[in-house]
Amino acid sequence: MIRSIIIGVLAVGVIGTGYWGYLEHQEKNAILIQSENNYQRAFHELTYNLDHLHDELGSTLAMNSRERLSPSLTDVWRITSEAQNDLGQLPLALMPFSKTEEFLYKIGDFSYKNAIRDLEQEPLSEDEYESLKELYHQSGEIQNEMRKVQSMVLDDHLKWMDVEMALASQDGPGDNAIIDGFQVIDEKAGQFSEAYTGDEGNRRQQDEEIAKAVEDLDEIDKQEAVNIAGEFLEREGKLEADVEETGDGLAYKAYSLTIEDPEDGHYIYMDITKKGGKPVYLLEDRQVESSEVSLYDASEKAKKFLDKNGFENMQLVDSKQYDNVGVFKFAYLVEDIRVYTDAAVVEVALDNKDIIGYEGFSYIANHHDRKPMEAGLSEEEARESLNPALEVMEYHKAIIENELEEEVLCYEFFGVIDDDTYRIFINADNGREEKVEKMDRAEPVYNFS
Amino acid sequence: MKSHEIRRMKRLLIAAIVCLQFVVLLPSMEAHAFTDQVIQKGATGDDVVELQSRLQYIGFYHDTIDGVYGWGTYWSVKKYQDEFGLEADGLVGPKMKQMLEKSTEFDKAFVHRMLNEGRQFTHYGGMPLEDQKGPKPGTGQGPAPGKPAAPGKQQPGDEGRQQQGAPEQETPEAAPAPRDQPGAPEEETPAEPAPGDADIPAEEEVPEQDNEADIQKAINTPEGFTDNDIQIMAQAVYGEARGEPYTGQVAVAAVILNRIESPTFPNNPSGVIFEPRAFTAVADGQINLEPDETARRAVLDAINGQDPSGNAMYYFNPDTATSGWIWSRPQIKRIGKHIFCE
Repeated sequence: MIRSIIIGVLAVGVIGTGYWGYLEHQEKNAILIQSENNYQRAFHELTYNLDHLHDELGSTLAMNSRERLSPSLTDVWRITSEAQNDLGQLPLALMPFSKTEEFLYKIGDFSYKNAIRDLEQEPLSEDEYESLKELYHQSGEIQNEMRKVQSMVLDDHLKWMDVEMALASQDGPGDNAIIDGFQVIDEKAGQFSEAYTGDEGNRRQQDEEIAKAVEDLDEIDKQEAVNIAGEFLEREGKLEADVEETGDGLAYKAYSLTIEDPEDGHYIYMDITKKGGKPVYLLEDRQVESSEVSLYDASEKAKKFLDKNGFENMQLVDSKQYDNVGVFKFAYLVEDIRVYTDAAVVEVALDNKDIIGYEGFSYIANHHDRKPMEAGLSEEEARESLNPALEVMEYHKAIIENELEEEVLCYEFFGVIDDDTYRIFINADNGREEKVEKMDRAEPVYNFS
Repeated sequence: MKSHEIRRMKRLLIAAIVCLQFVVLLPSMEAHAFTDQVIQKGATGDDVVELQSRLQYIGFYHDTIDGVYGWGTYWSVKKYQDEFGLEADGLVGPKMKQMLEKSTEFDKAFVHRMLNEGRQFTHYGGMPLEDQKGPKPGTGQGPAPGKPAAPGKQQPGDEGRQQQGAPEQETPEAAPAPRDQPGAPEEETPAEPAPGDADIPAEEEVPEQDNEADIQKAINTPEGFTDNDIQIMAQAVYGEARGEPYTGQVAVAAVILNRIESPTFPNNPSGVIFEPRAFTAVADGQINLEPDETARRAVLDAINGQDPSGNAMYYFNPDTATSGWIWSRPQIKRIGKHIFCE
């Protein structure tokens, strides 16, 4: 009797568990299918967009007049942006697929630059026209490869989930048709990337500029690096520091120091270039809990810190308080011209005025003794290029790097339209608007509990 | 000269009488004065609230009283300095504070209560305080939510993690956006009441005036990033690198920013972070953990230009890395458990 009851209970249990398991399995499958569908959609949209891109580039070439390319080029620019968006939704982060992304970026860059310029005044040069033809040709090849992959996916019902698994697996991607197809595409895209030089990410260049700036200076050893850190930090006595060297991935050689602050035990991290012993950044790991000094006092302290460490003629160009930390941006000043390319950032703790952060990447990369540049236009003449609705509040002369990565002398105007502040750089030679920025407002807090 | 003297005396006398009235009639309105710091652009806190309120009282400042010395405040201060013969440098020193204290009223308790309750009220100055209490948001009787806000002015904020004195809260509650306010001139011209003002309870009457001011707490955010962007990034950093040395956390945040700037990755924080398989913390859901202060600080440091990673685009944990390809990238440095590479 008892036995049959137990058997009954267990049987119900087993059946119940089985049913529960079945439901769980159903649910899991539904979610997998949903993820797969998202991937499929991104992939097929990508193929569609690459098709479309090739056609649109073709029609720009077929146009009779080179002056009326703008609308067509604008369309090319829009399609590349969509294709980039699709690419970003595919699980390709674990494979080298960056050349295709770069290829799209360069098409976008080329089409944008030429779509916004006045082609009536300045039609495409022979070289640019050749570039356009080359783009058309390349996008055609990529389109072909892409279609191959697409028909494989459709015929064999390949799953992107499997691609993801293959890429994430321990022994590297095995034999996967989609991955192979994409690798072919990437190689093709790479051939073009070498042919066309658009602008690269400028951070990478900065490393090379730093390397160039310090290449003729004397090398220091680890102990000297620690001594330099001690002077920089104004810490008396002997510092205990772990020193490591950076690897080959960085254009310049540097020592990375980890220092335990003798005064309060917090860790301080610094990088110092091997050649010339220049500190590139400093960070202290400390949560500042209170504000005892004003932002103004802290900024004076930051200025003193820079002066003491051999940064001459730095002017405070921006200050902000985040909680209990003051963040100050300084730019080099030559005869009243703000040199924004030679900038340094200093962070000061507002509880005891300690320097808890510094970075001088762009200063080290760009700074040299400059002769003040001569402005072709007066400030009044430059003002004429401004939107009449803008009420100018403040202006300076400034040197910035423009889109073509040349240093240009500008008039920097701060002005107001309807309570919003804008910063506008007008080229001091030709009156062109080099840069227009809306300055952020403080952000409201929505919490009234 | 003489008439000038007399006028100034008159003004002082009036100010004195007004002060006296307040002292006698309204004991709650204590005279309050600035601390002795020099107030500089970018500062936050009580002194800035007082500065904005006092400038608004005399019609130099028309923007929101939010406790952040931003551009609007800066122009007002410079205008004031210009008008009263001080050096127009945007620094509020002892002289300017003295002048402001003489010529304006500041009811600290009232303004701070408004700040904490997030009410709007009509123009500060020249109105009885009783009539200045605007509707309270979140009570269902405020202005209709979803009113168009000024561009770039009112993104939904967050829990006020950065505000001193603001209570910590786990779940953000978006309050209806306060009415955006026309930077109207000083005249007392009646205006159209805004839609949604009709159902305000009687004791909180909002007189029809078009010179309204908001009092609304705010925080500094780095140029080009909202507080929510910072929060998303802090979650990613916390999920990826909690327990790592501080530079390791800043470096992870820097990698996200380097990718945003790079042509081969999406160009905004969430695009980079949520790229499939880009970050393990996203894949395993750890991105949904509540980040700590350190992760947030690391993100702010990275946005402000710090980059311990040496401009890395990738990083991996050599003990758990599954992709063989990642080992082929040129390595920059190792921080804690992560190797950062080009």
